[in-house]
Amino acid sequence: MALSPEESGRLADLLDEHADGLVARWAELVGAGLQGRMSRPELERQTRDLQKGFQQAFANGARDLSDEEATELRAQLGELSSNRARQGFSANETAISMFAFKDAVLGVLGDTSDVQTLRDFVSFSTFVDRAALFTFDSYVRVREALIADQAEQLLELSTPVVKLWEGVVAVPLVGTLDSARAQVVMERLLQTLVDTGSPYAIIDITGVPAVDTQVAQHILKTVVAARLMGADCIISGIRPQIAQTIVALGIEFGDIATKSSLADALRYVLGKKSYRVVTAKRTEH
Amino acid sequence: MSEESRQIPVTTDQDVVRVRQLVRTVAVDAKLSLVDQTKLVTAASELARNTLVYGGGGTVEVSRVRNEIRAGIRIVFADQGPGIADLDLALTDGYTTGGGLGLGLSGARRLVDDFTIDTAPGEGTTISITKWCR
Repeated sequence: MALSPEESGRLADLLDEHADGLVARWAELVGAGLQGRMSRPELERQTRDLQKGFQQAFANGARDLSDEEATELRAQLGELSSNRARQGFSANETAISMFAFKDAVLGVLGDTSDVQTLRDFVSFSTFVDRAALFTFDSYVRVREALIADQAEQLLELSTPVVKLWEGVVAVPLVGTLDSARAQVVMERLLQTLVDTGSPYAIIDITGVPAVDTQVAQHILKTVVAARLMGADCIISGIRPQIAQTIVALGIEFGDIATKSSLADALRYVLGKKSYRVVTAKRTEH
Repeated sequence: MSEESRQIPVTTDQDVVRVRQLVRTVAVDAKLSLVDQTKLVTAASELARNTLVYGGGGTVEVSRVRNEIRAGIRIVFADQGPGIADLDLALTDGYTTGGGLGLGLSGARRLVDDFTIDTAPGEGTTISITKWCR
């Protein structure tokens, strides 16, 4: 239900006339809902801007939130919800703070039986509802963008390739190894092999909770790819329960060296490189 | 006799992860040994992925069961996909139509105590597996 031009005109006048009272009351209502998580001056500044935004939109003759005249207001609402989303407020709190505007306006109108005033208020109320839904929408959009960013960061974070020794790199895998992560792991490992010129790579699966055929296939492919580049791969961190499961599943690692711990794998590689690990004899001075 | 059961839909890769987590939680609650937990979780992972990849999505139901002697966990994977035409072939180690290792179905059968499969071409596939507490 869109506002009539007269209605938006009257609303603009109303908001203008009671500007200070409305802002104070609105900020008070919102402040009570946010329970001191936002400072009062900041809140008042925000509500003043918003109240001005609504007033401007009505004064320009906006009849609906999607109108061109309300572009400025929409931008304001979008910014408000993205700020709230980043500050950790819930979508509910963000929308409720919009609804509080209605209470503030109702307070200004007071007890009235004037039909026109009541009609105006109903139209205004619909407009605010739309605005609240709009903030809800933008809030969710911002949150989704945040989550997508974090998921990407997590993917990057969770697949480090570390240098263990001269010529030995290791990939400690933690968590679920799905196709996307397997791809990242493989790319990282192969690139690190080139960059460091390492002839040995250790893939440690201590942190992988379950090794099913898909995980095994991803690991096998990574090993084969590394071999094609001339590097030897060792799989370490095979716990007893994983070993038994792999046997029951019938997965064969062929001639790929496997070790139960990363330490064993490193010792094995050092042995191949003709290093010997011995306890140093301390000479007392 | 079924004591409690939970059903989850499987329509994305994320759901396969969810199935794994649910099965692990139930397996820990049922006091399965660590090896049996891992075997059951792995079997569930294989079959849930089959439901998704070959069955085009379906449902997984995890329930605690009990017979005269023992308690256990039963998991039922159901889809309305194309079904399996040649079951013997599908259960052969190394046979795959999807580019995998060809060990999922046959391997899962070796990982659990009871394994029943109900399928016909064009009528979907229902697989029920049970692991008993030792």
